[in-house]
Amino acid sequence: MLKTLKKLFLVVALIAFSTGAMAQDTIKMGALATLEGAFAVLGEDSLRGVQMALAEFGNSAGGKNIELITGSSDASPDSAIRAARKLVEQDGIQVLVGPLSGSEGLAIKDYAKTQPNVTFLNGSSAAQDTTLRESAENFFRFSTEGAQWMAGLGEYAYNEKGYRTVAVLAEDYSFPYTQVFGFLEPFCRLGGKAPLDARFWVPIGNKDYSSVIAALPDDVDAIYVALGGADAINFLTQYEQAGGDAPLIAGSITVDQSVLGSKGPTRKFVVGTPSAGPISDTWDNPNWNAFVAAYQEQFPDGFPSPSLFAHAYYINTKAALLGLEAVGGDLSDGGAALRAALSALEFDTPTGMVKLDERRNAIADIFLTEVIEGPDGNLVNKTISVTKGVSQTFGLPYDEFLKYGQVSRENPSCE
Amino acid sequence: MREQRWFSNSWSDSGIHPGVIVVAVFLIAYPWFTSDFFTFQIGAYSLILATIALSLMMLAGYGGMISLAQLTAAGLAGYTVAILGENSVGVMGLGWPWWLTVIIAISFAAVFSSFVGAISVRTEGIYTIMITLAIAVAFFFFVRQNYVIFNGFTGFAGVEPPTLFGIYWRNPTPFYYLTLVIAALSMAAVFYISRSTFGLSLQAIRDNPRRMRSLGFNVPFHRIFAYFLSGIIAGTAGVLLVWFNGRISPGSIGVDVVIDILVIAVVGGLRHPIGPFLGAIAFVLLENFAIDLIDRERFNTVIGLAFLLIVLFSPDGMLGLWHRLRNKFRTARENRLAMNGVNKIDPHSQESFDNP
Repeated sequence: MLKTLKKLFLVVALIAFSTGAMAQDTIKMGALATLEGAFAVLGEDSLRGVQMALAEFGNSAGGKNIELITGSSDASPDSAIRAARKLVEQDGIQVLVGPLSGSEGLAIKDYAKTQPNVTFLNGSSAAQDTTLRESAENFFRFSTEGAQWMAGLGEYAYNEKGYRTVAVLAEDYSFPYTQVFGFLEPFCRLGGKAPLDARFWVPIGNKDYSSVIAALPDDVDAIYVALGGADAINFLTQYEQAGGDAPLIAGSITVDQSVLGSKGPTRKFVVGTPSAGPISDTWDNPNWNAFVAAYQEQFPDGFPSPSLFAHAYYINTKAALLGLEAVGGDLSDGGAALRAALSALEFDTPTGMVKLDERRNAIADIFLTEVIEGPDGNLVNKTISVTKGVSQTFGLPYDEFLKYGQVSRENPSCE
Repeated sequence: MREQRWFSNSWSDSGIHPGVIVVAVFLIAYPWFTSDFFTFQIGAYSLILATIALSLMMLAGYGGMISLAQLTAAGLAGYTVAILGENSVGVMGLGWPWWLTVIIAISFAAVFSSFVGAISVRTEGIYTIMITLAIAVAFFFFVRQNYVIFNGFTGFAGVEPPTLFGIYWRNPTPFYYLTLVIAALSMAAVFYISRSTFGLSLQAIRDNPRRMRSLGFNVPFHRIFAYFLSGIIAGTAGVLLVWFNGRISPGSIGVDVVIDILVIAVVGGLRHPIGPFLGAIAFVLLENFAIDLIDRERFNTVIGLAFLLIVLFSPDGMLGLWHRLRNKFRTARENRLAMNGVNKIDPHSQESFDNP
């Protein structure tokens, strides 16, 4: 046993000392994702996105080889910081892609400020304040955030669906706050209502929704649900069993393939649910189809179709590689040239053109979808429309947008 | 006292064992020859986790009470620092001076720990674990859903240690020395307690509470006081932890982290205050580097297997491994001496391996 430990320590020591002696024709890139805890499956898919981008570039950019080093967190900000610190300070990476979830993103943005010579690109974290307020000069988000993902949904619910009053059910943390804000802001501006006492906030991993279902008011036209993964399935099943019949409006990860693929009576129940997000599984576009085909070929044991996490990591990794190409892989200036190149970067992704605003947050296309029953009986998200060039401030000037205030459980008030 | 013999059987004769001096010199010189990463995230973090686990070791090793609420006491202290001191979240952050918040934070942790003790004091074994686990989980959910004081899921960020004597105490080297001093003081305190009248009574109560009661000792009071003392240690480590992370949120005190502390204490060894330190070093190294040794989808398996092997081969943890090795050498030497007709066998030397 002691021998094993000794060997372990030796290996550790070797790793510790080998970092200084790396050849100069290699660029170290870190990828940080949630490989532990509740989001582990999503974390694995996000790394598939990183690998796809690397494979596309043949693991090199600007004439230099890319060495990928993976870090893992458990979706808590503490663990994200620890993993990032290890990648940056111990492994000596020069470019970091990650993290996955909203609160982690806020923490990594703060950490980025203490490491000005490292370039940070977001993974899929989608909290608004990561870039909107007190942004870090070296943190880039080529994927869009939760409020942008809702583009077009509020208008659609009010104008097309004719809903006037909605109840809100969402998980209680920064990402759903951002989503609720993104949906309610246009919805309420048009005249819709979302009373404060009809907003329900549940902890992540909540299993029992009976008290929420009992408290849902009868006089609402629809329920806006922003729950993810197992939480969404639990709510939908219990709501259906309780005889609920209010139509639903869904957040970006509420009616994804993991929910639509589940068996049972819930299926019929979600048909006709509108949603919006950065990807649409069924978008008939050559770039998107090629992306899905490449994903399926590279990862036969992955999801049927890339998740929005794989998509976001892919885009951010690709942006990093394009930036490295642009500077010829030269990071000798502490990455300043790379960051300048990234700020000016504009490129074509499987979901349309992406460029950055002045706070280094993406301006990209957003998809409005609706759940339909496909020809083979499977439920799929049908693309209703594509909103082009959605910016973080919904097209408003920055200062004016800040007047909306920080996203929270009561913003917008909608009374 | 078997604790004395851990370093050497001649502790009482010659004062301090040379091994202690070597370790002390190494720990003091450590930041000079390592990178900031090793100083801060490996060194300081190990010491903080070890100090929390030390408070558990004190309860479990000397009092026979396994409390899973030690991290909760540390977390309460950390939250108190964020709430009464300054944070960047815009919730609470009353901006009290640092020394006042630290004193209050540690007292809160001590009182909280005493409260946990008062609740669980009349239980034994698995029931103590259940009650303290319930308290830890309840506190976790409470802070996650309370937005007015604890700011719910997001918790607090931007918690900074004070700048004193012109030194910013979050810088790796000063912070390392800070944690080293606190850890050393805590360990010395646990040593001292273990040999004080109180500590001896506590160990006697661990071994036979009924006899101690009939001898006139106040068993619940001794136990609650042990909780109080361990709360002070855990609370101090909790203040360091929030300074280390710069933030605290429900995830910092979740059940998985509670279990981590238990793993550190058990893998290190519960019989001697050095145990949690060995456990914490092993834990932090594995947590940081297991992902480099093996495929990233399997690295948690490596961590689990390593700890499983330790506990499997040595129920006393890493300390037990050391004891066993030392014993082997000693037996060999004694055999040699015996052949020369010299009998130097310490009649108590086997005892520590038979007793749990």
